[in-house]
Amino acid sequence: MTHLPTKLPATAGLGFKPEHFDQIRADRRRVGFFEIHAENYLGAGGLPHAQLAALRADYALSVHGVGLSIGAARPLDRDHLARVKALCDRYAPESFSEHLAWSSHDSGYLNDLLPLPYTEETLATVCAHIDQVQDALGRQILLENPATYVLFASSTIPEADFLRRIAARTGCGLLLDVNNLFVSCTNHRRDPWQMLADFPLDAVGEIHLGGHAVEDLPSGPLLIDAHGSAVADPVWALYAETIRRAGPLPTLVEWDNDVPAWPVLAAEAERATKILQREAVHEPA
Amino acid sequence: MSPHEMALVRFGAALAGGALPQGVTADPPEEAERRFNVYRNNVAVGLGAALVQRFAVIARLVGEAFFAAMAHEYIAKHPPQSPVLHEWGESFPAFLEHFPPLAAYPYMGDVARIEWARGQAFHAADALPIAPAQLIGADPERLQLALHLSVLVLHLATPAVSIWQRNQPGGEGEPIGQSAEIALILRDRAFQVPVRAISAPEAALIAGLKRGETLAQAVAQMDDFDPTALLLELMQAGALCERAEP
Repeated sequence: MTHLPTKLPATAGLGFKPEHFDQIRADRRRVGFFEIHAENYLGAGGLPHAQLAALRADYALSVHGVGLSIGAARPLDRDHLARVKALCDRYAPESFSEHLAWSSHDSGYLNDLLPLPYTEETLATVCAHIDQVQDALGRQILLENPATYVLFASSTIPEADFLRRIAARTGCGLLLDVNNLFVSCTNHRRDPWQMLADFPLDAVGEIHLGGHAVEDLPSGPLLIDAHGSAVADPVWALYAETIRRAGPLPTLVEWDNDVPAWPVLAAEAERATKILQREAVHEPA
Repeated sequence: MSPHEMALVRFGAALAGGALPQGVTADPPEEAERRFNVYRNNVAVGLGAALVQRFAVIARLVGEAFFAAMAHEYIAKHPPQSPVLHEWGESFPAFLEHFPPLAAYPYMGDVARIEWARGQAFHAADALPIAPAQLIGADPERLQLALHLSVLVLHLATPAVSIWQRNQPGGEGEPIGQSAEIALILRDRAFQVPVRAISAPEAALIAGLKRGETLAQAVAQMDDFDPTALLLELMQAGALCERAEP
């Protein structure tokens, strides 16, 4: 068994939705862990912290940042990093993860995970930012592969290599979002199975699964990482292959928009659990 | 400027509109514009949704399409400066008051002030309410009470409290006031954030307590005002706290 860069249990988890709080409390232990977005819990007090403290007492916790803007050229926002650190210190989550993306520029925060060129220069900047985050938080983080819609003419490094080199240089782990991998490969007319074969699975500490929306372009489908529907069948197939190769990994189902009733969400987690149990009977090679 | 920074500056500038940023491509390249529009849409929709969540009554009053167009302008002028989106929008009430298409609706800014204050109250720091036993039999000449940080009083120029109430679920039958109102906003023990109109003496009592006056001092300035009902309301909501020793 390889040493995972996370302390989350290798079970299925769900993104926490406050509207499900009472049902989660009544339906204990149906999922292995919960994930929250750090930026939703940076207020001082009130309901968000009351719920999170109660949830944390019963479940393993993953804190997932969406605002550190690690892929930006400009320096990280130190105030924001300090607030994220305070949140991690307060709840001691089993995992903290962020994105290979940028979300802030000179005019302000853009509230989207935006792409960056993959070059030697951007690799160095991203690694410096991850070093800074890991130093500030005093922990190893996981970095998530993005869903992208465009390419940069200046990119010289394939995404899987870029992530492998970041993990090797900074010691961070990776969060493999299988839906993002499928969305990006489909959008850029590449083979997702080949990208999975190229992906540095030994650095992966958590899996994300989520739904995507489909638009039709003249050249074929354009997939959008919308988190507003069930996980698509090809993504489940890629996920099963991931677990077959990597062994059991903490697996989060994300459903952030048009959030369904709790039983529907819990059933998505159970589908991941079944795959974890079926595919992970053999230790990884 | 480094190539990395240049690429992101161009990308960021193009999100607001205009031509496709230089260096951005797709496979096939002729679809790059259509694909880049996903990012433009994500940014506009994402920030617009955050504003609707914070100012839901304004969105209801002006309608979805009007709000989206107005949000577009607000985002361009006052983009969030931090990723903590519940802290964004403080300047929205004043923006509404200076938004020419809303000139005939002078209460919009005040309604938005109530919504902003409710967000502040919702996220305010926690504090332990005072035990009822400490209040009963306490000497009003000496009793100093702290108000929970969520307790906010807004002196509004318009009947915005009753307009806000009328736009709550089940509030359709509520009458709308004819004159300026004072709003009391707080977070109760169930984490709800009710809003009600209070009288000038009630507002003065709360202001006195906030200044650190004893209960007797705060009440003394008012003629013929019985503070019992307001104090009971505050206590039941968990809004009366012990004052930390100086």
